[in-house]
Amino acid sequence: MTAIDQPHDTSVIMPELLGPWALMWRKFRRHRIAYASLCLVVMIYIVALFGNFFAPEDFTDTNRRGIYVPPQGIHLFYEDKSGDRQFGLHAKALKMEVDQATMRRSYEEQSGKIVPLGFFVKGHSYKLLGFWKVDRHFFGPKKPKDVVYFLGSDRLGRDILSRIIIGTQVSMSIGLVGVVVSLLIGVSLGGVSGYYGGWIDNVIQRLIEFLRSIPTIPLWMGLAAAIPLGWPPLRTYFVVTLIVSMIGWTSLAREVRGKFLSLRKEDFITAARLDGLSDWEVIRKHMVPSFSSHIIASLTLAVPLMILAETSLSFLGIGLQPSIVSWGTLLKEAQNIRTIIEAPWLLIAPGATIVIAVLALNFLGDGLRDAADPHAH
Amino acid sequence: MMPQTPMPIDQLTKPLVEIRDLKTHFFTDDGVIKAVEGVDLDVHPNRTLCILGESGCGKSIMARSILRIVDAPGRIVQGSITYNAANGRAIDLASARPGSRALRDIRGQDIAMIFQEPMSSLGPITKIGKQITEALLLHRNMSKPEAKEAAIEMLNKVGIPKPADRFEAYPFELSGGMRQRAMIAMALCCQPRLLIADEPTTALDVTTQAQILDLIAELKNELEMGVMLITHDLGVVAEVAEDVAVMYMGRVVETGSVEQIFESPQHPYTRALLDSIPRLGAPRRRRLPAIRGMVPHPLARPSGCTFRTRCDHVISGVCDQVQPQLAGQGTAQVACHLHTPSEVQHG
Amino acid sequence: MLQFLSRRLLYMIPTVFLVSVVTFAIIQLPPGDYLDSLAAELSDNGGLDEGTRLALEAQYGLGQPMHVQYFKWMKGILLEGNFGISFEKNLPVNDLIWDRLGWTFAISTLTLLFIWIIALPIGIYSAVRKYSFGDYLATFLGFIGLAVPNFLLALVMMYVAFKYFGQSVGGLVSPQYLEEAWSWDKFIDLLKHIWMPIVVVGTSGAAALIRIMRANLLDELYRPYVVTARAKGMSEFQLLLRYPVRVALNPFVSTIGWILPTLVSGEIIVAVVMNLPTTGPLLLRALLVQDMYLAGSLILIVSMLTVLGTLISDLLLAWIDPRIRYQ
Repeated sequence: MTAIDQPHDTSVIMPELLGPWALMWRKFRRHRIAYASLCLVVMIYIVALFGNFFAPEDFTDTNRRGIYVPPQGIHLFYEDKSGDRQFGLHAKALKMEVDQATMRRSYEEQSGKIVPLGFFVKGHSYKLLGFWKVDRHFFGPKKPKDVVYFLGSDRLGRDILSRIIIGTQVSMSIGLVGVVVSLLIGVSLGGVSGYYGGWIDNVIQRLIEFLRSIPTIPLWMGLAAAIPLGWPPLRTYFVVTLIVSMIGWTSLAREVRGKFLSLRKEDFITAARLDGLSDWEVIRKHMVPSFSSHIIASLTLAVPLMILAETSLSFLGIGLQPSIVSWGTLLKEAQNIRTIIEAPWLLIAPGATIVIAVLALNFLGDGLRDAADPHAH
Repeated sequence: MMPQTPMPIDQLTKPLVEIRDLKTHFFTDDGVIKAVEGVDLDVHPNRTLCILGESGCGKSIMARSILRIVDAPGRIVQGSITYNAANGRAIDLASARPGSRALRDIRGQDIAMIFQEPMSSLGPITKIGKQITEALLLHRNMSKPEAKEAAIEMLNKVGIPKPADRFEAYPFELSGGMRQRAMIAMALCCQPRLLIADEPTTALDVTTQAQILDLIAELKNELEMGVMLITHDLGVVAEVAEDVAVMYMGRVVETGSVEQIFESPQHPYTRALLDSIPRLGAPRRRRLPAIRGMVPHPLARPSGCTFRTRCDHVISGVCDQVQPQLAGQGTAQVACHLHTPSEVQHG
Repeated sequence: MLQFLSRRLLYMIPTVFLVSVVTFAIIQLPPGDYLDSLAAELSDNGGLDEGTRLALEAQYGLGQPMHVQYFKWMKGILLEGNFGISFEKNLPVNDLIWDRLGWTFAISTLTLLFIWIIALPIGIYSAVRKYSFGDYLATFLGFIGLAVPNFLLALVMMYVAFKYFGQSVGGLVSPQYLEEAWSWDKFIDLLKHIWMPIVVVGTSGAAALIRIMRANLLDELYRPYVVTARAKGMSEFQLLLRYPVRVALNPFVSTIGWILPTLVSGEIIVAVVMNLPTTGPLLLRALLVQDMYLAGSLILIVSMLTVLGTLISDLLLAWIDPRIRYQ
């Protein structure tokens, strides 16, 4: 029998070790719907940031010759004057007809007349990001005086697509600003509650329980109704944001508190304390990193709630007032069934936008939460 | 090379369970984890067999494979588990349809199991009594009052004071030791022919441990059942085992009677394990030897003998090429190239 | 149990107090006080005579410090059941609200039942058949249900019902039954109408509960006690219902606590769209014309009833979960 002391086998492969964020990102990437949603959400925010660039028309322009125009399609092939088939993006020119007996408007496509469309076309001028005066638009009719309603027009002949794009700025930013407010309140109160415990914890928990146990809509309605109609739009916007963020912070505070409570008992926190770290260092170096991914996921899930809240309030006419364009104020145009039947696009276009945006944010938040959970399979 | 069937302890009775070349693998995102990789084992009636091994060596999964209660993504991929029923019929548990009637009739009635965590192994919001009578109502032709009577009697037998009161208690009202007793009562109420105990004392304090082990030994004698006790604790093995099987990385590396294992361990792993326990009367100031290195990552199984990365007696060209098979005379068997002389020639 | 009940009732007191303070604050928020509005309202009809003015001032403590006004207002409600006067309609608030509150709570409760009946089996199915086609379908529909705001769903359903089924929309009964006494026909007509607000209000709640039930059950499904039950020889269906589902049900029951407020919220906004004879339209109208005693009373009572509902759900939870009862 020969005993050979063999050196350790170094050829044994060990799985690659990744940091927590890299692990989370790897898990998140695998969640295809969530990843697609992330791309969509980024796109929506880009559209919101460069709103006027993407809006084909000036969202405030009224047009008496274009009231309740149904959505116009984009066509690819047309016949030129000599009767040949030509390729080129275009829409059909419309002619308004009014039935004298019923006073109903209808729009007929004019055969042979087309409105050529193109990318990076000249249109109304605006200030890009509030600084540079430009008149280029991403997509629209090539001749600046032509008007095309891709998603139809409203009772004043305003372009719904442009209004939705501009409304994106308000609706999506309310979500973001509201989340920042919730984050500040939620994390500080939740942290205090969870870290110190005792009577402070009790008081904060009762407050949260109270806020959660009363129906939000009547409360918001009461608060929002008190906003004077004469206030400047910006101030209304901020107050509505504050009201809306009242929901977000409670669940966030609960989550932060729960994490603090469970982490406080973890061995690695005790170990860090025994190593002589101060309270603040323990929180910053060990506790926050271990739950920040959860917080990001919850924040993402709070954004759509706030968007929905703003939309509901504005729809009722007690949130943002109509001079501000948001998805909610747009839907206010479609409040009664008669309007919806005459112009269903007033309901469908902004409605679909809201659903898509909220859906994307929910999928994104869900994917982040799954990725943040180290125990999930 | 086929493993030799070990000689039965008692020539007259067949083993209760015969496991042959069992492989249970876990299909995870990162790869296939071969938790059980070719186990051959016999479990005999009226004997206590201890399965000894470090955590992660596949002993629990092997035991759960017998009852077919391995959770997804784990699955038996090969081998057979033959259960020789009291009426003489042999049933292959490994190939039975999951959730089939035959399988469910064996569970709880012929083969019962108790688990490591008495805290979480009992339904948290169902009364103890109800959890025990459930098994009786399932397998015995009993009315509810009869089942209740039998359950209380069983609770009494496992040493729970005031069993009639405890019958109405919820698990969270009992201490860990009491819960484990209740678990044993639940497992034994149908008088199974084999009891599988998966580290039944790991979560308990030392005094309670001894009581529970005594209780199992006592009931084993009374009910004349086979016991398969899974543990990583050599003390437990010394106390209750009659037969021992040592597992390493999903394989049985050595079997034998408890005397054979403790007196003359054959496999380097078993020897290293025994060396690593402190002994009274051993010379002081001697460092307690530990097994060199670490258990390899389950996704990176060494070729040949899985223990070779930690073994002091590696025969190059053999141990890293050929997987040793269990071989030996009678009950003492070992899977090591050092003990299969025909293969040592190049050493 | 009695101890639990009394502790729970004690916890309710600060909540109820806070609700009343917030409501009072809302009443006080618009500039000017109640009498100014009343005087402005009545100025067309010859104004408010001095005697009435003084009597009202004394009753509400107007012109006195806030806390005095608050106590006078609360005293009126607690001792006399007097919620004040709606100046727009010039009627006591009491005459206006109770019918409508009744409908609001009837619809909210029915919606809660609807949600449970939908969410429980689908949630269990989704968890047990994780990643099956049915699970993906339920998850997807659940996400849509969460993403569509109540009022939008109401509008879409009204549009579809009107356009494709020619059904009269809005209201809880057809116009011809509005003034009639209750009869079998009117009841049938009510059933034909009431399902729509229930489905509309319940959709997002059902979607949320399906996800909660699925997650709860997934948490329990791989616990050791499930393996114990399986090792006992129970059939999968039997052990599923007796162990993990029962345990998962508890957090599920506790969701009533927050689902009830959202249902009441949803009912209010849907009622505005569908023109239901419930609190929603009355509250909106009162807020828009700043008829604050009416609005405040509605907010107060709706919130109180919700708090009460939450209490009932907590008691229910304690009743089915021994661990909470024995705490």
